Amino acid sequence: MKRDYTLDIHHLTRVEGHANINITVKDGELIDARWAIVETPRFFEVMVKGMSAERVPFLTSRICGICSISHSLASIRALERAMKIDPPDAAEKIRCLAMHGETLQSHTLHLFFLIMPDFANTPSILPLIHSYPDVVRAGLQLKELGNEISLVTTGRCTHPVSLVVGGLSKAPEKQLLLKLRTMIRERKPALDTACAFFRSLTIPLFIRETEFISLFNGSSYPSIGGRLISTDGVDRDEDDYLSMTNEYTRDFSTSKFTKLSRASSVAGALARFNNNYDRLHPKAKEVAASFGLQPVSHNPFMNNIAQLVECVHILEDAEALINSLLNMELREIKTSYKLQQGSATGAVEAPRGILYHHMETDSEGKVVHADCVIPTTQNNANIYYDLQAITEQACYAGKSDREIEKLCEMVVRSYDPCISCSVH
Amino acid sequence: MKKQGFTFEKLKIASFDFTCCEGCQLQLTNKESTLTDFFELLDIRTFREISSEKYDDYDIALIEGSISRQDEVERLTTIRSQAKTLIAFGTCACFGGVNSLKNKFPLKEVVAEVYPDMPVETLLVRKVSDVVKVDLSIHGCPVNKEEVERILVNLVTGSQVSLPKYPVCVECKELLNTCLFELGEICLGPITRAGCNAVCTTGKTPCLGCRGPSEEINMPAFLELIKERKLSQNDFQEKITFYNAFEAFTSYEA
Repeated sequence: MKRDYTLDIHHLTRVEGHANINITVKDGELIDARWAIVETPRFFEVMVKGMSAERVPFLTSRICGICSISHSLASIRALERAMKIDPPDAAEKIRCLAMHGETLQSHTLHLFFLIMPDFANTPSILPLIHSYPDVVRAGLQLKELGNEISLVTTGRCTHPVSLVVGGLSKAPEKQLLLKLRTMIRERKPALDTACAFFRSLTIPLFIRETEFISLFNGSSYPSIGGRLISTDGVDRDEDDYLSMTNEYTRDFSTSKFTKLSRASSVAGALARFNNNYDRLHPKAKEVAASFGLQPVSHNPFMNNIAQLVECVHILEDAEALINSLLNMELREIKTSYKLQQGSATGAVEAPRGILYHHMETDSEGKVVHADCVIPTTQNNANIYYDLQAITEQACYAGKSDREIEKLCEMVVRSYDPCISCSVH
Repeated sequence: MKKQGFTFEKLKIASFDFTCCEGCQLQLTNKESTLTDFFELLDIRTFREISSEKYDDYDIALIEGSISRQDEVERLTTIRSQAKTLIAFGTCACFGGVNSLKNKFPLKEVVAEVYPDMPVETLLVRKVSDVVKVDLSIHGCPVNKEEVERILVNLVTGSQVSLPKYPVCVECKELLNTCLFELGEICLGPITRAGCNAVCTTGKTPCLGCRGPSEEINMPAFLELIKERKLSQNDFQEKITFYNAFEAFTSYEA
């Protein structure tokens, strides 16, 4: 059937930030399917100029209200590498634990607040408090646990306090780590409830082959630093981030686009899963198998499931990290350092994927040049091409206008875009 | 609706974000143990970040973020005409926040640095009260959810909203923290409005004044303290300008 179809979504809901979806199909032909980010730019790369290295992480954490710990740690890693500073082991472990807290908070926000309503056909989580009380309670318990991990490790759940260049300004008290371990153990059943609920849903099947990019260190599931790899066989050094991202602008979007070996690529939970499956905790692998998820999965909707699988990994790994911290002296938490000229990249796996901060300092440790490449920026091109493919497939399958609209919204949400972050 | 012996009307509330990180709105979904009770107080009319419902009949508008583009000015003006009570929500809305650091650089240079091959509109960053009338301010980067809860309960019950008048220093001393001045740091705790429970200084990092000046601020004495201890003038300037929350005092030199 040669149909006409237009979709004009102004400020897509249940995502972080402002973006539009514009689709035009004429006589059965796709004219355009556009993912247009209209968020107001803030220009952080300019704001940091002339700022002391010590202060920079407190500024860059403000790039994002959801993944502030990742931004803080990406800057810290870049500055530490630029000024040749080695943070103490205990600080590195506590930073990894902080990353776990943030990812758990971010993934559960996405799974329960942003996408669960799509599957339950409600406008938000609010009606689900009454219709699915056990599932919502489980989601809130897990999100609270994520925030609690961040609070104990960094002093606050959004915009961390104690993550500083050189290590930490303050170590968590062991008493609090013990309490945190108990909380993790007590909340594992909530994760079982969440998994059982998501297993009861039908995840849309949509496949468009693409390239998945993530960090890789060969020994553990990636978090802070490592090599930059892709499912197309690319393997580069952390400082080589520019050749991994190749940023370019499109005139309809204030967020940039990137590409590597193909027209588009993907960062995020599914990319980490596809590149690092062997380093997942066995329990996380079990959960993946129960969803039929195995590497390399090219279905963007499975990013939601990959997030859930990562939550399982996080709870296990956070418990192990706490056990090892409890056996350590937490006195050596900050290395003293000399301010110096240098430049380096800090790459971390933020909840939504690989995040790069590149920092250049002068001899007084002031930043003279900065560059940040955000996970969502690295997903923009893939979202753009997915929207075209999914619209064409849905039109061909004779789906109704309302069904196409919903599929388009859902495919975008599956990437968990962090739009303000991408227009930093 | 009736709760704990009180009969009350839910607050018809809407939440909007402008130039910001959306971290303050995110706080509305935090403090999960009391979240379902918190939502019971609210009739959420618009909250794009978590809901697909959008209604224009709200009484209270929470405004997160500073204003830095013409379409934001227009959107904010429309919201002002609809809302009975407009709340500047968080440091960016109240003072311009970290976004104001952009204003130190010529706008042309700012755009050219980030978008060398594309024209992008950007204005000097303004706080919400530079554009429309603000009825109430909730400070913090990010806002403190406990304080937000307390203020919204005040609004539901029609009681007076009051913010601490004293500085962060008072809260910090109550917690028996070692004073950061004793460790050779400049800390804005003595001049910044309390209400954060001294969260930064408890984590041994200096207060950067995200909640703005406390009510009876003694700037000359504070500057004297910095001078006496021979602390860095550049460090003081970097801290006091960080959130643009001490606009009236930034010409001071220690």
